Parts: sequence; C-alpha cells; structure tokens
Amino acid sequence: MGNVIGIGAAPKRKEDQRFLTGRGNYVSDIKRPGMAAGVFVRSPHGHAILRGIDKSAALAASGVVAVLTGDDVAADGLGSLPCGWGITDAKGVPMKEPPFPMLAQGKVRFVGDMVAFVVAETVEQANSAAELLKIDYEVLPSVVGVLDAVHPGAPQLFDDVPNNICCDWELGDKSAVETAFRKAAHVAKLSLVNNRLIGNPMEPRAAIAEYEPGTDRYTLWSTSQFPHVVRFLMGALVLKIPQHKLRVVAPDVGGGFGVKQFHYGEEAVITWAARRVMRPIKWVASRSEGYVSDRHGRDHVTEAELALDETGKFLAFRVKTLANMGGYLSTFGPNIPTNLYGPLLSGVYTMPAIYCNVKVVFTNTVPVDAYRGAGRPEATFVLERIVDVAAAEMGIDRVEIRRRNMIPKEAYPYQTPVLVQYDSGDPMGCLDGALAAADVKNFGARKAASQRKGKFRGLGYSTYVEACGLAPSRFAGRLGARGGLYESATVRVHPTGQVTVMIGTHNHGQGHETTFAQIVSDKLGVAFENVDIVFGDTDRVQFGMGTYGSRSLVVGGAALSKAADKVIVKGKKIAAHLLEAAEVDIQFEAGKFSVAGTDRTKTFEEIAGAAYVPHDYPLEVLEPGLEEQAYYDPVNFTYPGGCHIAEVEVDPETGTVTLVNYTAVDDVGTVINPMIVEGQLHGGIVQGVGQALYENAVYDDGSGQLLSGSLMDYCMPRADHLPMMKVATHSTLCTHTPMGVKGCGEVGTIGSPAAVINAVVDALSHLGVTHVDMPATPNRIWRLLQNASLPVAAE
Amino acid sequence: MQISFTLNGRPTTVDVEPATLVAELLREQLNMTGTHIGCDTSQCGACVVHLDGLPVKSCTLLAPALDGATLLTIEGLQGAPDSNRLHPMQEAFRENHGLQCGFCTPGMVMTAVALAKDKPSLSEAEVRHGLEGNICRCTGYQNIVLSVMAGAAAMNAAAKGE
Repeated sequence: MGNVIGIGAAPKRKEDQRFLTGRGNYVSDIKRPGMAAGVFVRSPHGHAILRGIDKSAALAASGVVAVLTGDDVAADGLGSLPCGWGITDAKGVPMKEPPFPMLAQGKVRFVGDMVAFVVAETVEQANSAAELLKIDYEVLPSVVGVLDAVHPGAPQLFDDVPNNICCDWELGDKSAVETAFRKAAHVAKLSLVNNRLIGNPMEPRAAIAEYEPGTDRYTLWSTSQFPHVVRFLMGALVLKIPQHKLRVVAPDVGGGFGVKQFHYGEEAVITWAARRVMRPIKWVASRSEGYVSDRHGRDHVTEAELALDETGKFLAFRVKTLANMGGYLSTFGPNIPTNLYGPLLSGVYTMPAIYCNVKVVFTNTVPVDAYRGAGRPEATFVLERIVDVAAAEMGIDRVEIRRRNMIPKEAYPYQTPVLVQYDSGDPMGCLDGALAAADVKNFGARKAASQRKGKFRGLGYSTYVEACGLAPSRFAGRLGARGGLYESATVRVHPTGQVTVMIGTHNHGQGHETTFAQIVSDKLGVAFENVDIVFGDTDRVQFGMGTYGSRSLVVGGAALSKAADKVIVKGKKIAAHLLEAAEVDIQFEAGKFSVAGTDRTKTFEEIAGAAYVPHDYPLEVLEPGLEEQAYYDPVNFTYPGGCHIAEVEVDPETGTVTLVNYTAVDDVGTVINPMIVEGQLHGGIVQGVGQALYENAVYDDGSGQLLSGSLMDYCMPRADHLPMMKVATHSTLCTHTPMGVKGCGEVGTIGSPAAVINAVVDALSHLGVTHVDMPATPNRIWRLLQNASLPVAAE
Repeated sequence: MQISFTLNGRPTTVDVEPATLVAELLREQLNMTGTHIGCDTSQCGACVVHLDGLPVKSCTLLAPALDGATLLTIEGLQGAPDSNRLHPMQEAFRENHGLQCGFCTPGMVMTAVALAKDKPSLSEAEVRHGLEGNICRCTGYQNIVLSVMAGAAAMNAAAKGE
C-alpha cells in the first residue's frame, strides 16, 4: 500500500522515469509498418503569384510515391484551415477572413507557405524529388511590418482586404477617456514595439498519418497541445472525415508554449495524403523549417497615453496598437491581440476609463498566434512601462505611484472598465513580499558597487495581473469564440480500487500526471501510485479542449474534481446498501465510507469491488461499475498576478545587459504541487527574459526573408545568461474554481519583460534614456549610449 | 559500409551508408530513440552522447567515425539496458525537478555526466558555463543547474564508496 499524497505536497514527478531513461514516446520516435516519408516544399518568396507547378520530373524520381499540390487539394474539394475566433469592428462588421488553403493556391504569402507535399520511400528521396519540382513564381514585393502594411500603396496580400487591415477593433469608452484626458494634470506618452518571437519548443513539430481501409479509419499522431480540437477542426471542417472515423494522438510532446496549439496545414495534408497513397506517412520538421512555419508570437507597434491627476492617480488610459497577423489567420490569431489584450489594460490598478484600438494587419510573414502569455504580456508591457514613464516625468517614486493606484485587497471583486471582473487578489501583498525578497532597501549599495566597476545597475518593477483559465464559454462566445472552452475528465475506478483518469488537457512538460494524481489521491484517499493519468488520444479520452492559456489545472482540474465528487456520491449509495444504512448517514473520509456515529466502515477498495461484482448490490436502483465523467465550464476567468523585480547591470563599454537578480512573488491561488509551480515560474520568467534581452524574429522588408531563421541567429536564453531566481507565492484563493486554483503556466512570461526593461531603463535613466525597445541587445544598448551624452563613469 | 563499435557495453556491428549521422543511426537503424534531434545547426544539444568517454553532438558526427570506438547513450547510462535503475545524475534531475517536457533531458544528462566526471565539486558558474551547448526551453535552467551540482556530488560520493 502506498501513501496518499494530496494537495500541497511535492512528490517527485511520475513522468520523469521515462524521460530520464530515454524511454519517452514522442511522435518522431514512432514507426509504423510500411511507413513512407513526407517532406513539405515551401515558398522561398515572401509574396508571389504561383503560376503553376510542373511535377513530372519529381514524380519520375527514384522512390517517389506521390507529389501533391494546391491543385490536388482544390480538386478534392477540401476546406480551408479554419480560424477559431471571429472578431468584429466597432460597428459590428466581421473581420476579413480570407481562405487559408492547406497547400497554397494561386499565391504564396510568406516564406514557408506550403506549396507541395512530396512522399517517397525515404526522406532523402523525398528531398531529392522536391528539388526537381518546377515551380513558376511571379515574385511580388513583400511587406513585413505593420506600419508599412497599412500605408497607402503597400503591397496587398488579398484583393478584398484593403490596406491589409483584417479588423479595426476597439474596446472601452472612447468619450469617457477623452473627457478624462482633458482634465488631466499630466499625460504620459509612450511609443513602443513588442518584438516578434518564435516559441521554439525543443521538440520540432512532427506528424504521422495512417489510413486503415478495413475500417475506413484514420489515425493522426501529431505534436499537438489539443488533439480533440484537431480532430474537430481537421475532420469536420477541412477534410470532411466523420469524427468517429478519425483518431488523433498526441503522445509525449516536447514543449508547446502555444506553438503546438493550432491546427496546422501539415496535419491536414499528411492525413489526406495517407488515404491517397494508402500508406502511413511520417513528417518531422527540421528546426529551420519550424522557424518559417511554427506560428510566431507578439509583434505589436503601440502608442499609449496615460492621464493622471496632480497626485499621480490614474484617470484614463488610451492605447492604439497595430498587431501583425502574418500572411493568414491562424487558429486563434485575431483573438490574441484583441480579446486577450484590451481587457488586461487596467492591470492591478483602479483605472476609471480605458480605450483600446487594435488594427489587426496582414503581412508577408508567418501567421502570428498565441505564444506563452498571448496578449497579456503585451498588455502588461505597455501598462507597466508607461507607469514608469509617468512616475519619472512627475517625480514620483515608481513603487509609490503603483501603491497609490493599486486595487486594495478589500476592493475585490473588482470590476474593470474593460469587461473583466477580478474575483480575488492582493497586489499590495505581492509587492511588499517582492520588495523584501529582492532586498530593495540595499539596492543603493549594490548600485554604488557596480558604479565603482564602471557598470550601471538598474532595478525594475512589474506589478501585473493576467486572465487565464480559458475560458467561460458564454463569455468567450460573446467575444467571438466559435467553440466552447470547457474541459472534461473521467475517473475510472478499477475493481481493485486503482484509478485511471482520462482527461482532455494535454501534458507536455507541466507535470499533469503528477498534479492530477495528487488531486485524485487527495479526494478519494487512493494511494498516489495507484492513480494514472491518460491524455492525448481521442480514442481513449472522451473529449477535451487541450492545454493552453494556463487552463489545465483551472478548468481540467475542476472537471477532475467534479468527476471525483461523483465517484464519492455513487460510492456512498453502494456503501449505504452494504452497510444497511441510509445514504444520508454515509460519510466519506480518508478513503473510507462509514455510517455516521458508528464504527461500521467499508474501504474504497471494498466499494469498488462491490461495484464490479454486484452480488450484494442495489441493482434495482443503481448501475454496476464505478466510473464517472464530468465536464466543467468556468464561470469566470481566473486572475493570477504578482510582482516581479529585476535587477540588471549594464556594461557601457559593450552595451551588454546582465540580469543579476530576479525576484517574483506571484498569486496563483491554491498550490497543488509547489515544486511544479516553482518550475513553471522559472521557465516562464526565462521566456520573458528571453523576449526582453535576447529574442527577436527579424524579417527583411521587400524580400520577406526571415533573417533570424536558426538557433544561430535567433538567440535563446542559455544557462549562463541567468542568475538564480527567487520565486515565491503569495496566494489569495480564486473564489469560483473548485479548489481555489488560478493557474501558473504563463505568469512568469507575462510579468517579466516589463520588469527587465524597466530595470534597463532605470540603469540608463541618468543618461536621459526613457525607453528601450526589446530585445535590449548589446548592439541596441551600445548604440543608445553612443547617442546619449555619456558621462565618464565615476571612479 | 560495415562498422563495429561498442554500444552501451555491447559489441555492435552494423551496415551504414557513409553519410549517416550517428543520431540517425541510433534512432532510425538501431531503434534507440532516447537520443533526440532538436535542431539542424548543432546548437541545442538534445543529441549529446559519449564517444570514448567524451560528450559529442551525435547530429554532427558521421557513423563511420564510430568504427572501433565506444559509444554511450542515455539508454546505457544506468547500467544494463534492461534495467530501470537511475544513474546518480538521472536521480538528481528527478529529485530537483530538473526536467519538464523531457525532450532536452537525455542530452542534458549526458552533458552533465561528462561535466561531473572526475570533478570533486562543481560551482554554479562552472555548471552554467558547461551547459552552454544545451538548450532547454521549459525549466529556465535553474533546477537543471541544481540537479547537475547535486548529481556531481552524488557521482563523486559513489566513486569514493567503490
């Protein structure tokens, strides 16, 4: 008998044994009998008319099984890749939604746009044959930046999308904001760029598809964060395969960060092709291929204005953003810079009026969609940066201006002027905790020590909130979601009392196999080792929306908790019969059903046994078996947040920014496993630090070539870039999720870019620097310092 | 061409195309998928194995170079390939939550074992520098660094005990 390991404990992870010993089961590890190899041929041009493809030489090449193009897709009458959100402009006019064919038809719109799929006996043969394709392109000028794309005369991606504007979206009370600005004692202004990022999970995307003629069933193995959603989007909307004839499996997946939560054209093409050639086909992306096909993130250009009264109280906030969508609308694309951005602009502050306008813009770049944080890091960055700008301009301390405007703990639930209502929080508590943990009171001494070495030291704050636990379906539906965002779980109790959970979320690093087992162990009193979590297979798991938006514990965990409650309810009925007592008198505690006030008990195992061997069982009123399912649709978002404090040292000789200290105190609600939460915070913070200091997806204008298309050009954070971080939690409980959880997957990435850049600006403020765009690379900082009148460093 | 080498302690002879990379040989021909391929520019380190005791990126090594050599992969690290025991470094990663999605983990562990070998202790700075060739996107490295320091101490304690 093992032990119950419940909520708040930190057992080592169940998933680690297989990963540590090389026994993980990733898509690229899978082989199927008779499997062929597929490679995608991608556009080398950012923008071109696709006049035609001559595939005769490729078809004749050694080992080639098939060559498929957009013409074949059209001939088979297949659908376009769907967008899961339909947003509207201020007048209610729907966004422009041009088709996104799975293989390009008539035109290519970004470098990496797929034009053909070559299937051969081996990858080498497929690659050789791909080079024999004669593709006739008429190259057009590309436009890659949002400012250029909306400019009159810019290259037009779609004939019916004037000025490349997909949607001119707005939120908030424009006239209330204008009134407040007229009364303001001070207006702070800031123009900024939120740099374009590439998620780069360490496992490149991959897929295997197989068709079984005997049963007319398809199986797709895919590196996906949401296999059921892929089954629905691809089966129902693209390939028109009935849902019961399509199985989607996402086995071990090597990181996602949003990049793997979309329905990609590669999935549809390979599944369709497997049926045509009647063989399993495997495709594994190279890292370079991932750079030009994995959906990118962020890429905003923003003008923000904050109105304040003479005491530094915020009166109104006005934000105008141009958001890059890339060449087509990806699965969640238009939702990210709108619904996940505007509603977060109140932050942790009492902000009486907000107006946000976002122009969602097509360009000749990889489609842009959710990347860890998705909209919320962008909102946090705008707000937390302009708060610092206002503080500096008004001569108010940066911590003090935050305190003056923070929502006090007692004021929750707090309704913001931009749709969302925060249920709980304590930003002041997080701030106080972080100030102490970061040893801010001795910062002056550390700054002086840096100064003696000729370095500039800076401190940066970010006090922030996010909305996660996506999402209340009714609310999301009003915002344009075309699907529901609930979650489901099945708790299957075996005759011997062990438990298998089938859950619709997907584990790709978050430790669900451990955390969810703790929930079951806690609720049912079953030993931790006697609980297994099954996910990622539409044939084994009833349904699910997958993992993204810090939703797995919040929404999936809640479904699991509900299903476990149903098991207890049924167990009580069985126990009442066996113990010859009234159902209302049966109590369940620590794995035992007992009659209140007596010593008559039945163990959980005995009840499970009776459910499957129903000799003495109330068969007239109760079905045999002990397996329960629950769906959970949240009533609100959850609102994790916190305070991050970054400390940097800038070397004026080289422009190098070194992150020397990092402190985070976050409110993530109830913590199920503190070890896993800390790991999520560490990883999230470093992805935000990557955005602030290192990472940047850069395109060449005109040609549309991605200049940062490899790990050698796109700088990912490495172990020696980072200090030991201090992370802690200061939790208030979510008032509407069953366990009080808020989610922790994205907080690190949302809070950290603003903290780091605020620290960099602080370090350079004595030189008149008021803003630094991300990433704060040595080159950018060195140039900034050359332009500033750099005084000689004090000795 | 035919090559013979010692793979995880066992004599192995295979026919390979001369242009085959060691990572491909392991994964495609020998069905040993513990060694991962995360990039195409020798940057990520998911494919690190030990060649004659030294860590190498197997995505950048041609199979013919194995002839006569000794190769150790993640599958052979903990002893016999049929055991499910953990090497002290693997145990340290488990204890310190030094992995999340697991994809970079085999390469990270192989690099760490090589780093810790014959070193009585490793400083944080040495570990961070030593991991420069291995990228992890999940952990922010903090728990990996702690894992490697703990694993190095455990390896040395075990070596002294022998």
